[in-house]
Amino acid sequence: MNIPSKLIEEAVEEVSKLPGIGKKTALRLVLHLIKQDAKATYGLSDALKNLRENITHCTVCHNLSDDTVCSICSNTHRDHKTVCVVEDVRDVMAIENTMQYRGVYHVLGGVISPMNRIGPDQLTIESLLQRLTGNQVEEVILALSTTMEGDTTAFYLSKKIKTLEVKITAIARGIPLGGELEYADEITLGRSIITRTLLEA
Amino acid sequence: MYIEKLNVLNFKNYSSEEISFSPEINLVTGLNGSGKTNLLDAIHCLSLGKSAFSTQEQNLILTNQPFLSALGFFQKGNKSYEVRYDYQKGSKKVILLDGKAYDRLSDHIGRFPVVLINPDDQKIIREGSEERRKFFDQLFCQIDHQYLTQLMHYMHLLKQRNALLKEWKEGITKKDFVLLDSYDAPLIRLNDELHQKRKQYTQHFLTYFLLQYKKLTEDKEHMNIVYQSDLFKSDFPGLFQKNRERDQILERTTLGIHKDDFLFTLGEQTVKHYGSQGQQKSFVIALKLAQLEMMREFSKTEPILLLDDIFDKLDDERIHHLVHNIAGTTKGQIFITDARPERSMEIIRLLKREIRIFHIDKGKVI
Ligand SMILES: Nc1ncnc2c1ncn2[C@@H]1O[C@H](COP(=O)(O)OP(=O)(O)O)[C@@H](O)[C@H]1O
Ligand SMILES: [Mg+2]
Ligand SMILES: [Zn+2]
Repeated sequence: MNIPSKLIEEAVEEVSKLPGIGKKTALRLVLHLIKQDAKATYGLSDALKNLRENITHCTVCHNLSDDTVCSICSNTHRDHKTVCVVEDVRDVMAIENTMQYRGVYHVLGGVISPMNRIGPDQLTIESLLQRLTGNQVEEVILALSTTMEGDTTAFYLSKKIKTLEVKITAIARGIPLGGELEYADEITLGRSIITRTLLEA
Repeated sequence: MYIEKLNVLNFKNYSSEEISFSPEINLVTGLNGSGKTNLLDAIHCLSLGKSAFSTQEQNLILTNQPFLSALGFFQKGNKSYEVRYDYQKGSKKVILLDGKAYDRLSDHIGRFPVVLINPDDQKIIREGSEERRKFFDQLFCQIDHQYLTQLMHYMHLLKQRNALLKEWKEGITKKDFVLLDSYDAPLIRLNDELHQKRKQYTQHFLTYFLLQYKKLTEDKEHMNIVYQSDLFKSDFPGLFQKNRERDQILERTTLGIHKDDFLFTLGEQTVKHYGSQGQQKSFVIALKLAQLEMMREFSKTEPILLLDDIFDKLDDERIHHLVHNIAGTTKGQIFITDARPERSMEIIRLLKREIRIFHIDKGKVI
């Protein structure tokens, strides 16, 4: 792409590094910001800077959080005996949207995939197992994607958890989770949480 | 089923061409290097979603162009279908049916069956077991969509398991046998499922094959195809488990259907080592015609037959015999390429089917 301004080119370069944004879209966004009041650009850059500097992970469930313990984990009205294991924050949001779940979460941060150099140690699995040893938790719900990596991770977790005194359940297969959020249908997801079944390990 | 019209844009040495075909016989002529095989490959791409010759989409794009697009108009059971194959450098290829892109490319496989016979096919006999697995897998995937899904799962899990073994060996991650179990359990199950299917389909295939081979040659030799697999050994799950130590040392999975082979025999000997040139050639053609018959049976549509340079180095009598056999095998659409069509024309005319002739010169139909 031939951009006559170095300033615009640099901005386009940065914006197009975002996933799903090509050079053309990036240019459109940048030109849009130029047309707007300067406030719009500062609002955006300040919000991003603030986000980057202050966002953190909940030390209990590893969900993205503004504080060391997230709003779900610190909510005493929630059922802390039930932990729902998901891949990432988008899954937490999808399940929260159904309003059918009152327990807490554990965010793995992905699924096991040796090809991509992601093993149990790259995920928050050790922390989950520790959380479950304390006798506080009675049920673990596995809500992982139905990809092969999701299946492997679920199999692995169920074997690891089996030795602890915790009930393991799983939501129905075929429920879009783990990055497939755009297809998530709240009623189906909500139902599958209620009708979750005991996992045979 | 047949392809009515093909429109190619920047496909190999074709810049832009639209060609209407006969539903019966299409004879493609032209000098070597003019683009005869490329034309058949375009049809192959539309049918199987990939080239028969190149695994890199990049190589299919006309030099110095940014993208390619092949569009085929198919007739199948009195309905028209439009299949498009698009690839742009740096993007994923897309296959569209009637203007709608498939979510998964594998959903396209088997809908528009095509069988290609090409001089390269000799490698099914001459080269390693991978070529034979490729041949049979391509057939089984086209007739059984579940087989395709199972095979894709299997290959994916195998890659993951091998990556894990490699990381163990390199000491990148500590050995966690529960994780290895997480791969072994589904792999053992898929090994069994795929093995049962290969066994059953190979047996079915053999019946078609033997009939074809007999028709193609005067040969009295007894030809056979023997399916070989680790899964025939007793207690495969136990064996797989026992082999884990070895797998760790070698950093790969040493047992399983990815090691299967299909032994081609001639009496007591192997076709690879003892078959004459002629026997090997007939053997491969019989494999392909058997493939066509099995695909027809399962898909309930007549596959398109692409014959690339198969008359090369044959005398008139053998061409005659071969053409006669092919005509007896399929009433469907046939494409034939021949650099020297004078002789094959005479023989093909005897079939009394509609023949359309295309002269190709440097990627242009003239
Ligand atoms: N991506 C490509 N761009 C341009 N030309 C190509 C491309 N791929 C192959 N070719 C050319 O196509 C010709 C081979 O065509 P082919 O169909 O094999 O000929 P034949 O008529 O002998 O079967 C070669 O000259 C080769 O250079
Ligand atoms: Mg050729
Ligand atoms: Zn939390």
